[in-house]
Amino acid sequence: MKLTRYALTLIAAAALAGCGSTVKLDEPAPVVTAQSTTPPAAQQQVTTPVVPQSQVKPITLDEQLNQQVQGKRVVYFDFDSDAVKEEYRPLIDVHAKRLNNNKKLALSLEGNTDERGGREYNLALGQRRAEAVAKSLTLLGVAGTQVEAVSFGKERPAVQGSTEEAWSKNRRVELKDK
Amino acid sequence: MPESLAPVSRRRSLAALVALTAALGAGPALAQVRIDIAGTGGTRIPVAIVDFRDESKSPQPIAAIIRADLERSGLFKSVDAPGAISETSVPVFPEWKARQADGLVAGSVNKLADGRLDIRFKLWDVVKGAEIIGQAQAVHPEDARLAAHRIADVVYEKLTGEKGVFATRMAYVTKAGRRFSLVIADADGESAKVALTSPEPIISPAWAPNGRELAYVTFESGKATVRIQDVQAGTRRVLADFKGTNSAPAWSPDGSQLALSLSRDGGTQLFVINRDGSGVRRIAQSSAIDTEACYSPDGSKIYFVSDRGGGPQVYRMPATGGAAERVTFGGGYNISPAISPDGRTMAYITRTGGAFRLSVMDLGTGQSQQISEANDDESPAFSPNGKLIVYASRAGGKEVLMTTTLDGKIKTPLLVTLAEVREPTWGPFTSQ
Repeated sequence: MKLTRYALTLIAAAALAGCGSTVKLDEPAPVVTAQSTTPPAAQQQVTTPVVPQSQVKPITLDEQLNQQVQGKRVVYFDFDSDAVKEEYRPLIDVHAKRLNNNKKLALSLEGNTDERGGREYNLALGQRRAEAVAKSLTLLGVAGTQVEAVSFGKERPAVQGSTEEAWSKNRRVELKDK
Repeated sequence: MPESLAPVSRRRSLAALVALTAALGAGPALAQVRIDIAGTGGTRIPVAIVDFRDESKSPQPIAAIIRADLERSGLFKSVDAPGAISETSVPVFPEWKARQADGLVAGSVNKLADGRLDIRFKLWDVVKGAEIIGQAQAVHPEDARLAAHRIADVVYEKLTGEKGVFATRMAYVTKAGRRFSLVIADADGESAKVALTSPEPIISPAWAPNGRELAYVTFESGKATVRIQDVQAGTRRVLADFKGTNSAPAWSPDGSQLALSLSRDGGTQLFVINRDGSGVRRIAQSSAIDTEACYSPDGSKIYFVSDRGGGPQVYRMPATGGAAERVTFGGGYNISPAISPDGRTMAYITRTGGAFRLSVMDLGTGQSQQISEANDDESPAFSPNGKLIVYASRAGGKEVLMTTTLDGKIKTPLLVTLAEVREPTWGPFTSQ
């Protein structure tokens, strides 16, 4: 009966139209595969983790300050001098911040001299330099118990040699975590 | 008064010799260096030292050690001594006169039941044809060398009138790469024994007056602390481990306490501490560096280094503390004082034109004299008979130890080794 077939088709079309989908039934359903068309390198960036919206990620000064003191562990001095030069002010500042931020941290300040002169007098000169750095820190609020000034005099040169270049690299205070 | 064993003219030139030289007990460990005093115009006392009877019972050649000690002093000449006599013999003096000997030594070595060696000797005055002295000592076989040095000291004293230091010991520090050692050796540089080895520096060793203990500064704990070590027993204890740096130990002459440099109150300041580590007390107050304390031999004063006047100078004050008076005035840098046993001379280091040089000062007149022409002299110390100074220096591009007469005229390398050597200190006389 012609009407039945036509009616069926009409009804099917209407039913399909009512679904609101434009997929033709005789086409295969599209399969979502991420790999098929994207290049391999871009694959990693495609997946993003799910982050809870209510999350609060804290910033820890500890880690930041640990980073900031990296490579800033030595203060150099002029001949016969225990004056902490202006150029080291930022270094002192960041160490003070780090120590003030965490009262459990402590530093050993190791004073050194160049090789010229007697061992005991140089031990005392190195001690003077270490104490100058300690004072710079305590003036910025660091507790006295967090810094110990010690000296190696001329016993631990950083650079061997008897030139002004070697000497200038040995007149120093090293700031070491205890 | 020295035994008179030579004609007057010889005695006068001998006295001149003693005044000029008085060098003794010093010689390098590896190289045989003769002290050449041919130019002084003096004569050396000829002495015959016969090989001791049964010397092979001793692990060390007794007669050879005595000969070497006396010859190295520059005051004696070894004369051929054949034959086989001992301390029990009666020497045929005309024979020894014919050999040109003024003094004759003979002895014997005997083994005791308990394993010790009984070493005996006699010293004769050949010219007078009479015995001067005879002695016996019973020693552990390992002390055979020490026994020989003691005999050399007796011969030296009887024939020159001065106490010998052949039987004394030195302590010093060696550095080989990153290894530091505290070493003790005979005054002739032989028989070196390691008391301590460390990967960190050791400085400022100081003999106790009893000759059995050494105080020193060690950095093994990451900073400078002072320890006292019993050398024979191999035990040690911490004397000072206060906040900051602990250094420059100096024994009082009676051995009951030590002066120290401590930074525990800020700065480097002088303290005194009992030998057991108790009773630490500050003895000087300054806003400068005060360090390198050194007691006078009678214990009444402490000499020390201070830069309270600008550069480092030597001062002295009462040993209990009090007003300090300045001692050095020449130049801007004077450090490392050492006082002679008779309290009359000070050895120290002065910086002059960039060079650091050994100098001596007559404490009575204040007159000073540089006695070295080197560039890097350090840490002088007197021999216990006050006739020599041992000090650290540089020669041939490396650190060496030297001894010198007080006038600087006769200098001998004490120790030339592959390692760097520094910080020498001369041990005291020890009784048998």
